[in-house]
Amino acid sequence: MICERCKQRPANVHYTEIIDNQKKQMNLCEVCAKEEQQASFNLLPQQNLHDFLAGIFGPGPEGDLLQCPQCAMTGNRFSTHGLLGCSNCYQEFEDRIEPMVRRIQGSGVHTGKVPARSLSRYRVIREVDQLKKGLRELVAREEFEKAAEMRDRIRELEQKLAGREDENDHQTDGR
Amino acid sequence: MTIKQTVDNPYSPWMDDDAPESDIVISSRVRLARDLAGYPFPHLLSGEPAEEILRIVADAVADEDLERRLGKLKVVLLSQLPSLDRQILVDKHLISPDLLKAGNEEAKGVVISEDERLSIMVNEEDHLRIQCILAGLRLQDAYLLADAVDDGLEKTVDYAFSDWLGFLTACLTNIGTGLRASVMMHLPALVATGAIRDVLSAVSKLGLTVRGLYGEGTEASGNLFQLSNQITMGQSEEEIVSNLESITRQVINRERTARRYIFQQKPEALKDKVSRAYGILRHAYLLSAGESMQLLSDVRLGVDTGIIKGVNTRMLSELMVISRPAYLVKTGGRLSAEECDILRARLFREKMTENEGS
Repeated sequence: MICERCKQRPANVHYTEIIDNQKKQMNLCEVCAKEEQQASFNLLPQQNLHDFLAGIFGPGPEGDLLQCPQCAMTGNRFSTHGLLGCSNCYQEFEDRIEPMVRRIQGSGVHTGKVPARSLSRYRVIREVDQLKKGLRELVAREEFEKAAEMRDRIRELEQKLAGREDENDHQTDGR
Repeated sequence: MTIKQTVDNPYSPWMDDDAPESDIVISSRVRLARDLAGYPFPHLLSGEPAEEILRIVADAVADEDLERRLGKLKVVLLSQLPSLDRQILVDKHLISPDLLKAGNEEAKGVVISEDERLSIMVNEEDHLRIQCILAGLRLQDAYLLADAVDDGLEKTVDYAFSDWLGFLTACLTNIGTGLRASVMMHLPALVATGAIRDVLSAVSKLGLTVRGLYGEGTEASGNLFQLSNQITMGQSEEEIVSNLESITRQVINRERTARRYIFQQKPEALKDKVSRAYGILRHAYLLSAGESMQLLSDVRLGVDTGIIKGVNTRMLSELMVISRPAYLVKTGGRLSAEECDILRARLFREKMTENEGS
């Protein structure tokens, strides 16, 4: 029997592939069988998955304008990529992520493990992020007095975060 | 054990055959996806922040409690590993094929414990993928180990976490617990009787995903199937693990029933099939990859049903790794497809002779 693909070499591999429940069977030579297998292997689930997610996310009402200040990820880029850029994106794109989470995960609330240390830091980091967002808005509206107050509060919190890191360093040193 | 010894030896402890339900469940695996707060996710990561993450992880794995439990842990940079060795780690199920995807190579690293129960991938899709793999059906134990490693790392690493979304990951399919639990099952009798279709469709309705041995898109080669949880959020880790375990137990019962049925209906046909498979593996001079996976499955069934004596399934799992192109090329240098088949057959004969002698 001659290989059905290259029609040159003798077929010594019975090749079966199932895509979307469609069974494809061929008698191939070993060279063609390897190539076929590689081609089907390239349909990696992750790539497909991210494409699907990107499709669900779709272009938002604000289109390009939505951008994460920390990693510069845009709503549009997420639409083609299917991956978020950093943990801050979850806050920046919160309104758009929420319905997706319900669609993908079924439920909208985490009920599992809580990392004690990361959680308390997370709350501070989140507050800083929200203050920074507010600060940008105040500056844009030229409300500089309020902006200065907010900047001080941000500094305070940032020092607190940095201070905690020092504490941890001491703990590490102490061991 | 160094990473060199890990790649030189096709054996890994998850192959042991004295584990619970190991006649059907080959291994149990749990992985936790974790990301660091304040850093872009790996697909946007490069240069200095990437190095920082590798450094933070290197410090975190040096934790004393972890060392006491798992021996010395060290981050090995992917770029320092020859590509064949990387592929062997994939074939041994210690790292994922995704870690080897092109791009951002400098940022990637891997931690493997001496006993190979724990591996941590650094900067795959997420900053951290903590994986524990054990022989047989031992999902709870695998989770407890992964959980302990997670706690150990969290002493110094700030995870990206939110109250309502849980652990924040690069992809929304992993948020919440970041937990993916899976079992690798050998289901030859369900395949032979055709009952596999109904079983798998029922299983997928219960929130589980079914895949072949090396991921989706590959036909379940060697009658091996991976079952894993689809959803990572809204359930606790314990619920996810126990749900997978209870469904796995039902599939085990179905497979056992199907094995008994085949044995009762046509005992000679079954004995003939598995013994022929053994004969070919033991004596062949040319073995293709596909053929050897099918034969290994037949022989495994023969061993697990007590028809074939004096062979352990641990060796059969080792032969699955030996059979892969990466191990063959590492042993025999650059090989044509035919030379691969020749070497594969030779290594199989040697391994089986060695086994008979012991």
